[in-house]
Amino acid sequence: MNAIFYITAAVAVVSTGLAITRANAIHSLLWLVTSLLAVSVIFFVLGAPFVAALEVIIYAGAIMVLFVFVIMMLNLGPDAAEQEREWLSARAWTGPGILALILLAEMVYILKGNVSTLEGARMISPKELSLALYGPYILVVELASLLLLAGLVGAYHLGRRDPASAKELKS
Amino acid sequence: MMSILWPLITIALALGIMLTSASALVWLERRMLALWQDRYGPNRVGPFGLLQVIADTLKMFFKEDWIPPFADKTVFFIAPMVIMTTALLSVAVVPFAPGFSVVDLNIGLLFFLAMSSMGVYSVALAGWASNNKYSLLGGLRASAQMISYEVFMGLSLMGVVMLAGSFNLRDIVEAQEHLWFCVPQFIGLVIFCIAGLAETHRIPFDLPEAESELVAGFHSEYSGMKFGMFFVGEYLGITLISAMIVTLFFGGWYGPILPPIIWFFLKVFVFQCGFILLRATLPRLRYDQLMSFGWKYMLPLSLINILITGAIILAKR
Repeated sequence: MNAIFYITAAVAVVSTGLAITRANAIHSLLWLVTSLLAVSVIFFVLGAPFVAALEVIIYAGAIMVLFVFVIMMLNLGPDAAEQEREWLSARAWTGPGILALILLAEMVYILKGNVSTLEGARMISPKELSLALYGPYILVVELASLLLLAGLVGAYHLGRRDPASAKELKS
Repeated sequence: MMSILWPLITIALALGIMLTSASALVWLERRMLALWQDRYGPNRVGPFGLLQVIADTLKMFFKEDWIPPFADKTVFFIAPMVIMTTALLSVAVVPFAPGFSVVDLNIGLLFFLAMSSMGVYSVALAGWASNNKYSLLGGLRASAQMISYEVFMGLSLMGVVMLAGSFNLRDIVEAQEHLWFCVPQFIGLVIFCIAGLAETHRIPFDLPEAESELVAGFHSEYSGMKFGMFFVGEYLGITLISAMIVTLFFGGWYGPILPPIIWFFLKVFVFQCGFILLRATLPRLRYDQLMSFGWKYMLPLSLINILITGAIILAKR
């Protein structure tokens, strides 16, 4: 079972790397979908089949399809890929690359068990987190979800047909 | 030895059954449509024209497999594989009879939903990779239709899950030993059937491939066996949805006298014929009708169904 974990992890890392570096937007999305599927297998192997299924249904199946959908509508041609290639110059990615390397080094250091939390802080389990979110902080969660509602109303407003022009269309 | 061999035999049997029934369904559809339209249909090749499917498959294998020079070759190649793979993978969780299913997965129902949501990529990518306006329009329609109807498909099944108390398809079938879920979950059944029709993009929801406006929609540019894969994929989808209707709402393998596996296939056959009869009966909808019907009627209805089912379960406790 360990072998499956490592193989899947390697697939996830490689496909995520390809998702970042591909110039063609649809191709990078497909690599991202592969990466999400790999993550779902990792969840399954770790003993969380429900999360694994949700990962595929929601992320790989719904959100990524919406991304593909939008990019299909934009109809990016070879020009866009060329532009993308220019943007991905060494100068553009060295800065973020170095910062990400620092984070990677920190992560390896933490995972080796040297530090677990900052002084004075303690580990919080998922259950505690959910109880806090839906207990004392329920109002904040609801306010955050109102942001989504605002987005929905905005989209509806933009997509609504103007009554005057609709009348013109009919006549 | 047996522990390795038995799963392999089950996989081979399940795949064999699905592929055979999907291709037999092509013949059945052509004969039935002909019958209802007062003509004969294919009746020349073999007894009752049964070998017509084999002749068609051979023809498709020997046709030129053409990839348009303006297409995105890799994606164009992958798209038809996705529809076959996802449809055949979903078969893994279908419980044909007690002790006869490929895997007994605890999240079986979610696995089915996950695979059907992955199937969207096939049509979306086929439409995009063909680099043709009709294909692109077909792909856009198909993906919008499929992600919309997936929502109600998932929601309509939650009533069944609540009643059975499990995502495992075997448990769901066993929970229907005394009363099939088509009685308490009638609304769920109706919504699931409509959503299933839309998922397999069959008439009256075949807007993605409406030939009068879009040539053949997302598979306009496909030829040879790649087209064949889309074609068989559609019939695999019908078989799969029929199998799921039987498993979730009509008691799976339960039935008197006859052995369980025969009951299962009999019930599946009835629903397959239902799909064909619908095609012979209903006209095609308009695209905005399809979308507004989905979001304005199906979504509230499936939510109300969940609410009522939940309330009744709570009240009975």
